[in-house]
Amino acid sequence: MNPAVEHVQPELVELRIPSRPEWVALARLAAATVANRLRFSIEEIEDVKLAVAEACTAVIQHEGHGEFIDLTCEALSDSLRIRVRDSGRHGVHLAAAPNMNFDEARIAGLGIFLIRTLMDEVSYDVSAQTGTDLLMVKRVAFAP
Amino acid sequence: MDIKVNVREAPGDCYVVDLSGEIDVYTSPKVKDAIGELIDRGVYYLVINLEKVRYIDSTGLGVLIGGLKRVREHGGSVNLVCTNPQIKKIFDITGLVKIFGIFESEDAAMKALA
Repeated sequence: MNPAVEHVQPELVELRIPSRPEWVALARLAAATVANRLRFSIEEIEDVKLAVAEACTAVIQHEGHGEFIDLTCEALSDSLRIRVRDSGRHGVHLAAAPNMNFDEARIAGLGIFLIRTLMDEVSYDVSAQTGTDLLMVKRVAFAP
Repeated sequence: MDIKVNVREAPGDCYVVDLSGEIDVYTSPKVKDAIGELIDRGVYYLVINLEKVRYIDSTGLGVLIGGLKRVREHGGSVNLVCTNPQIKKIFDITGLVKIFGIFESEDAAMKALA
């Protein structure tokens, strides 16, 4: 818990990172920083970090992903809303098929499973045209 | 952010892989290479020490699963040392506690390999 924050004003943090593995750590630290503004426990903040990292990894591993990942973190009084979007896609072929072997696909499934387990609400759209667009919400326990 | 990998020989035909840092989509290839190199050399009994790992995601889990799968093809085994509650939780919720031997100490993990 973070007792220092009694009442949180809505706050919005946006971050654009290159769609490359070396930048995923920055995305999860940014999300953790915003989560820390709310009254989440350390364990819940770790959940948020992992969910954001899994979402970014899903974008990076998606065939034909764009140049950037756009991360939007919105701290509300009762919840944290996070959107992770594939951005800057150019010339994506509609027929592009995922270039994963069976084991890689199972691990990618594990990532989505983790996101669904650790966050309270998850909705996502993955398509060859628009790439990955994922919205997830973590609610603050005992919200006012 | 980085991962440190240290490989050391232990009694018996066993090796210990000490990992320290964060295992994610950027750092997991380094872990995969270290484990793969050992298996290529014919080492099929491994203890992977995660005590100093602060963070692991699905790509890290994938590397561990891949290593386990490969050693099992040769009748080997992989045991993990894990004391961090957050990391243990990830093994719990993914059900991987059922396929890995997970121990509180390196001694216990080594003994269970025998």
